[in-house]
Amino acid sequence: MSMNEFYTLNVNGQPMQVQDSWVGESLLYVLRERLGLPGSKGACEQGECGSCTVLLDGQAVCSCLVMAATAVDSTIVTVEGLDAHGAELTDVQDAFVQQGAVQCGFCTPGLIVAIHHLLEENPQPSELEVKEAISGNICRCTGYGRIFAAVEQAVAVRKASRTS
Amino acid sequence: MIVAKSLDAALIALREHDDARVIQGGTDLMVEINFNHLKPTTMVSLRHIPELRTITRPDGNTISIGSGVPYSQLEIEPVASVLPALAQASRTVGSPQIRAAGSLGGNLGTCSPAGDTLPVMFALDADIHLQSSDSHRTVSIHQFMTGVKRNVKRHDEIITAVDFPIIDGWQGYSKVGVRNAMVISVASACLVADHKSGDVRLALGSVGPTIIRCRETEQWLKDNASLTHNSVISPDIAREFGARASRECSPIDDHRSTAQYRRHAISILAARLLQKAYS
Repeated sequence: MSMNEFYTLNVNGQPMQVQDSWVGESLLYVLRERLGLPGSKGACEQGECGSCTVLLDGQAVCSCLVMAATAVDSTIVTVEGLDAHGAELTDVQDAFVQQGAVQCGFCTPGLIVAIHHLLEENPQPSELEVKEAISGNICRCTGYGRIFAAVEQAVAVRKASRTS
Repeated sequence: MIVAKSLDAALIALREHDDARVIQGGTDLMVEINFNHLKPTTMVSLRHIPELRTITRPDGNTISIGSGVPYSQLEIEPVASVLPALAQASRTVGSPQIRAAGSLGGNLGTCSPAGDTLPVMFALDADIHLQSSDSHRTVSIHQFMTGVKRNVKRHDEIITAVDFPIIDGWQGYSKVGVRNAMVISVASACLVADHKSGDVRLALGSVGPTIIRCRETEQWLKDNASLTHNSVISPDIAREFGARASRECSPIDDHRSTAQYRRHAISILAARLLQKAYS
């Protein structure tokens, strides 16, 4: 297996060099093992669980299914790079904490990214639209009730900040 | 890794590297690689090729969809009202994350009998455009897919687009799986009722080595019900249509389901689609 790939990825607004890598490496692997960004989680490695969700050119995708070397000239945003507007946590992360939407926490980064993407596209989602938007993110602990409550809180907080 | 910025660049790269494989969204190929079933040496990325991401209307009766247009674009306008069955099928692919990356080119390149959009191509008699560095050919979907994960595409060719005829009539897609989201089909069906010709066409997925066009069932319906766009399908006709379709497929037992259940599912899906088409 030749390790001769050299390329630059644009991650969270920074150009990041990838050196001596194998062509078949996934974006998830490169983010975690080569670029020091372990926020995106690896579980199923086949696009079924959503715990590795990142934004690629503004679209929520499974980073385990993106061949990293194809993501040159693209904009990548991981859970570490979501804009918290100067606060420690983003509004969605804060809502997860307040609503107790985290148990084991493994699915949480993927859900946070997916929900940020949803609220960018659709600031007032219906319950069905929320369910649809996170249908690719599997949580085996919470039963989702508190995750929906967290989304509801984030929607309300954003609405209040728009009208104030 | 060769990141092609144009179709020509990708075709030249394929011609020059015998070991090269193309990758678009990666939703199939990366699973193979992540599980060590495939160890690629040279890859040609099609992600940044604008020609593969276009939707055009080459003439009044055809819509041509670039092989790299993601499913998320096929669920919505301008495709959804022209090709509702394709929109429905695209909507059932994986999850939002998968639909943002996967495309028709991947469904065709992989050619799994469970590929969600393939029955739509078979029911609508779609044509596949194949381009190499020195030639272009158009192949009917019926000739394109030759078996489980087998097709007639040569190594030096890239699937560039799929042409769908625009029909005056009804079209729909149904799929059975273990749950609603994120599921690979156990059985699927696409039915097209062409009001101009009076023909009904039925294609089935996940119940044979290729997608199955139910030519005998279609002919039986034509011979036994003279259909116009305002016909009503009796429960007996629908049931017999479903039963005949289930006899025309050749499912197997596997980790996803049994042949017996798949046949049963097809009889229900086909009957329901027929009744929906004329309700």
